[in-house]
Amino acid sequence: MAAVTPLLLLLLLSSAPSFSSESRNAYNINGRVKIPQGLGLGTKGYALPGRMSNVKVLLNGGQNITFLRPDGYFSFHNIPAGTHLIEVSAIGYFFSPVRVDVSARNPGKVQAALTENRKGLSELVLEPLREEQYYEIREPFSIMSLLKSPMGLMVGFMLAVAFLMPKLVENMDPEEMRRAQEEMRSQGVPSLSSLLPGGAMN
Amino acid sequence: MAIRSFFLFILFFSSSISPVFSLYEDQVGLMDWHQQYIGKVKQAVFSSQRAGRKRVVVSTEENVIASLDLRHGEIFWRHLLGADDVIDGIDIGLGKYVITLSSGGSILRSWNLPDGQMVWESSLQGPKHSKSFLLVPTNLKFDKDNLLVVFSNGRLHAISCIDGEVLWKKDFEAESFEVQQVILPPGSDLIHVVGFAALSQFEMYQINAKNGELLKHESASFSSGFSGQVSLVSTETVVALDSTGSILLTISFQDGKISSQQTPISNLVEDSLGPAVIIPSSVSGIFAIKTDAVTIFIRVIGKGNLEVVEKTTHEIAVSDALSISEDQQAFALIQHASSEIHLTVKLAHDWDGNLLKESVKMDRQRGLVHKVFINNYIRTDRSYGFRVLIVMEDHSLLLLQQGEIVWSREDGLASIIDVTTSELPVERDGVSVAKVEHNLFEWLKGHMLKLKGTLMLASPEDMAAIQSMRLKSSEKSKMTRDHNGFRKLLIVLTRAGKLFALHTGDGRIVWSYLLRSLHKSEACQSPIGLNLYQWQVPHHHAMDENPSVLVVSRCGPSSDTSGVLSFVDTYTGKELSSLSLDHAVVQVIPLPYTDSTEQRLHLLIDADKHAHLYPKTSGALSIFKREFSNIYWYSVEDQNGIIKGHALKCKCTGEVADEFCFDTRDLWSVVFPSESEKTIATVTRKLNEVVHTQAKVVADQDVMYKYISRNLLFVATVAPKGSGEIGSVTPEESWLVAYLIDTVTGRILHRVTHHGSQGPVHAVFSENWVVYHYFNLRAHRYEMSVIEIYDQSRADNKDVWKLVLGKHNLTSPISLFSRPEVITKSQSYFFTHSLKAIAVTSTAKGITSKQLLLGTIGDQVLALDKRFLDPRRTVNPTQLEKEEGIIPLTESLPIIPQSYVTHALRVEGLRGIITVPAKLESTTLVFAHGVDLFFTQLAPSRTYDSLTEDFSYALLLITIVALVAAIFVTWRLSERKELQEKWR
Repeated sequence: MAAVTPLLLLLLLSSAPSFSSESRNAYNINGRVKIPQGLGLGTKGYALPGRMSNVKVLLNGGQNITFLRPDGYFSFHNIPAGTHLIEVSAIGYFFSPVRVDVSARNPGKVQAALTENRKGLSELVLEPLREEQYYEIREPFSIMSLLKSPMGLMVGFMLAVAFLMPKLVENMDPEEMRRAQEEMRSQGVPSLSSLLPGGAMN
Repeated sequence: MAIRSFFLFILFFSSSISPVFSLYEDQVGLMDWHQQYIGKVKQAVFSSQRAGRKRVVVSTEENVIASLDLRHGEIFWRHLLGADDVIDGIDIGLGKYVITLSSGGSILRSWNLPDGQMVWESSLQGPKHSKSFLLVPTNLKFDKDNLLVVFSNGRLHAISCIDGEVLWKKDFEAESFEVQQVILPPGSDLIHVVGFAALSQFEMYQINAKNGELLKHESASFSSGFSGQVSLVSTETVVALDSTGSILLTISFQDGKISSQQTPISNLVEDSLGPAVIIPSSVSGIFAIKTDAVTIFIRVIGKGNLEVVEKTTHEIAVSDALSISEDQQAFALIQHASSEIHLTVKLAHDWDGNLLKESVKMDRQRGLVHKVFINNYIRTDRSYGFRVLIVMEDHSLLLLQQGEIVWSREDGLASIIDVTTSELPVERDGVSVAKVEHNLFEWLKGHMLKLKGTLMLASPEDMAAIQSMRLKSSEKSKMTRDHNGFRKLLIVLTRAGKLFALHTGDGRIVWSYLLRSLHKSEACQSPIGLNLYQWQVPHHHAMDENPSVLVVSRCGPSSDTSGVLSFVDTYTGKELSSLSLDHAVVQVIPLPYTDSTEQRLHLLIDADKHAHLYPKTSGALSIFKREFSNIYWYSVEDQNGIIKGHALKCKCTGEVADEFCFDTRDLWSVVFPSESEKTIATVTRKLNEVVHTQAKVVADQDVMYKYISRNLLFVATVAPKGSGEIGSVTPEESWLVAYLIDTVTGRILHRVTHHGSQGPVHAVFSENWVVYHYFNLRAHRYEMSVIEIYDQSRADNKDVWKLVLGKHNLTSPISLFSRPEVITKSQSYFFTHSLKAIAVTSTAKGITSKQLLLGTIGDQVLALDKRFLDPRRTVNPTQLEKEEGIIPLTESLPIIPQSYVTHALRVEGLRGIITVPAKLESTTLVFAHGVDLFFTQLAPSRTYDSLTEDFSYALLLITIVALVAAIFVTWRLSERKELQEKWR
């Protein structure tokens, strides 16, 4: 994933504490959502306006909901100690939920892990695992796709029969051929022209 | 168009793993529609920006803050806050920030007005719970920064408008002090906080706005006490009512001295009125009191002299004051008169002179005006013009200007309680079909364009033409029934007590009806709508009747208040009749029987456990008596953790003979130990679900029989400690138990414990399986489990010889009283997201494979094939199993972005997903509702029985023409060859 390298860099650079205690048994969780600008955006045909302002951060399945500041930071206030789950909802991106331990014993200690791949985070910086593409991409028209379709195959088969069969007939033994033709003539195999109404006039 | 012969062929093809639901971007809006709402507006603030588009910022009861276009009522931006994050106040600071105070005054946020980006957020704490106030003074500067004054949780804060920093705070810790008003007298640096203490003490604090210093504290006691709210009539005078509600207290605190005057209401108005309440308003010098029948406007003259200016018995709504110049305030007043509303705008100091008087025709179905917000603009001739935003009883929002409704929004649809569907009328002679394809040439041209599109030959203009042609296809929004059953009416009941009929084709409102039975009345104080049921679904012999729905409502929040039934015609939207019941409605059981006019029989259970039969006709009664001993139901008592089974006993033994009332008896009860288990979810199968076959052929030509019973109940219980939020409990002390209970006998067919798991549980029951979603605390991930239940007693019927010789037990009667031999299979998988709702697709005959519809926490709806939740999945399926379509077992369920049925849209505030079968077997209609509405068609196994929307008739025609031409050419050639043959 392209997201991994910038993520690691960021972890090393930032050192601000993620948790700060407010009162005895309520804590704040502070974190940041980073959506890399270059993550495959060039290949997509659509862009959603105001992406950052439509991102939501949800704690414990919607118990608390918060939004991002322009720089991507978010915070939850008055959270009791325990193990919590943070989810990020952003149209167009897939974020892994994050397990966050808020410890009562040593406040300020960071413990966060992505639940999808069990990767630990030393800093609460959330990045999308991948982009989500909601639409199928229309294949450009090509002869091959037409040929591969059931109709194309049927037409191909018919053509093969129409053009290859006479070739097979040519390779037959001339005597046998003549006998077969005799037989056909005696039985009077109807030709295409005799089948159609115009054929009767000849 | 249905081509049944393709059926098996395509079914075979569709069993590949690729996502079945997928959409090209240009197909958006072809079969789906999406509507955005905000909910009932609580507060509105007009943006006073001179340049740019005019906006109004609103906060709503659905916890939405939104910025609306004042010209058209469209949403510029919108944010839905959390369910507990109720908005207390909004305002605009510095002309460019929207300030919101929410969560009982503990969260203050600032949003950028143009684009809705959050700028800052602060958390405000305080010593105790109190009322909260948000004030944005325009004149209070602090180092070039504007101050925000917030009173919340017993603490006064001054906050910087630019970054949300708390500049100073002041606690009001006196135990009994209850704040009533926070006042900022204009042109001074003072803040006045007034309130009551110890029920009869009036307190006034004067605070320096620069630094929070307490300058003065005065108090005075009033032996008669206070009741209700206070109204501010000037910056230094408030009016309150005494505890009996009959004496008005005018309290002024000029220069920090409290003086007061008492005026009995009876002195002002001759006839006695009973206890009154004050309607808070911010208009200076005027306040209003309201008794049961009368609203009285009173003016305060000088120091506490009161004078009645108007007395009215009409329903009336008053806006807040709007300063139009230095010393002038205007306000709007709306009065009802039959089918019109009268809007008057007055100056605060001059009651008799009207600045504006207009009458606007108002749709009766919108009910009363609940709120008014006034805004002014300067006309070209430099005079003031006024526009008002009004919120109606049905939660709709309208903008009135120059005596007309400029725009309206149906925001009642943001709070849907229940949904049902109704068929449209059958096409009659009067309605012509030919109109659609009015011109063969046009039709052919359209298809030629489409062909060009598929061959990638179309120019951008052509593409645009194709897109608009597809979107407006008039076929889908016709008002008649169609062959495929795609066109239906969605009947929705909203919290405001209004019924809407939405067309499934384009989502437009066909009719709406404000239920009269849900109006407040003497007998019914606070009516609330509960449920919708299909009352009459005409087919067969009652074809000429219109279908109707039953709306069940009750008169109060508790379940023992009496119920009200209304019957509404779904074609016309008129109420056919309504019944005020003399009993409560605790449970409604739609029975699978209909009477001679196709009215569905319903059994209503009241609080005393009597069952009442509706409709009250003799025909219904005779049908009911026939099935008397076959009717069973269950009830869940959440508090005690008891599930009970019931049956009918005999006629009611009351003093009044009522043929339609029956006594009931308890058959069984399942009691969960309260110290270890707490019920959190119960789910049954949908009543109208169709199952195609009981047999399931598995890999090695073996047959398994699904255990299909309508009387299965899924119950999930958790440890009482684990019933709270995630993070409040450790894995060791939490567990989740899932039960399958037979509701006729009370027998527990299956029980499974998930250790270290907790709720919330979302479950769906269909055919012989149940899928449920819960939280696994050990892995700290969400999990989904499936339980499938199979009937073992029929397992020996596989032998063909037995069937031939008649030694099978297929015809033996099935009774739930015989002990069923069942086996269950189950499996669990991880799932990434939290869920808000879960549903399953349903089709007309139940042949098509099923998909689960998962409403995720991000307000999207994900379609997941049921084959991913198959307990027979193994890590390495055998060749045979692979052929059957078994997917290799994976740890977690895949999330394929293309299978989001809502594609790039959000159904903000998602609450429920409803699936309705279309007539076409392959297709199911999906309706998801929350604050937004979303509708689409789904084909879980692709549309194997019809041609797709993209099908190019032009290509077909061209092929045929080419074939005919080829035949003629070959005929000529063949003729010539034959001639040559003959010459030889």
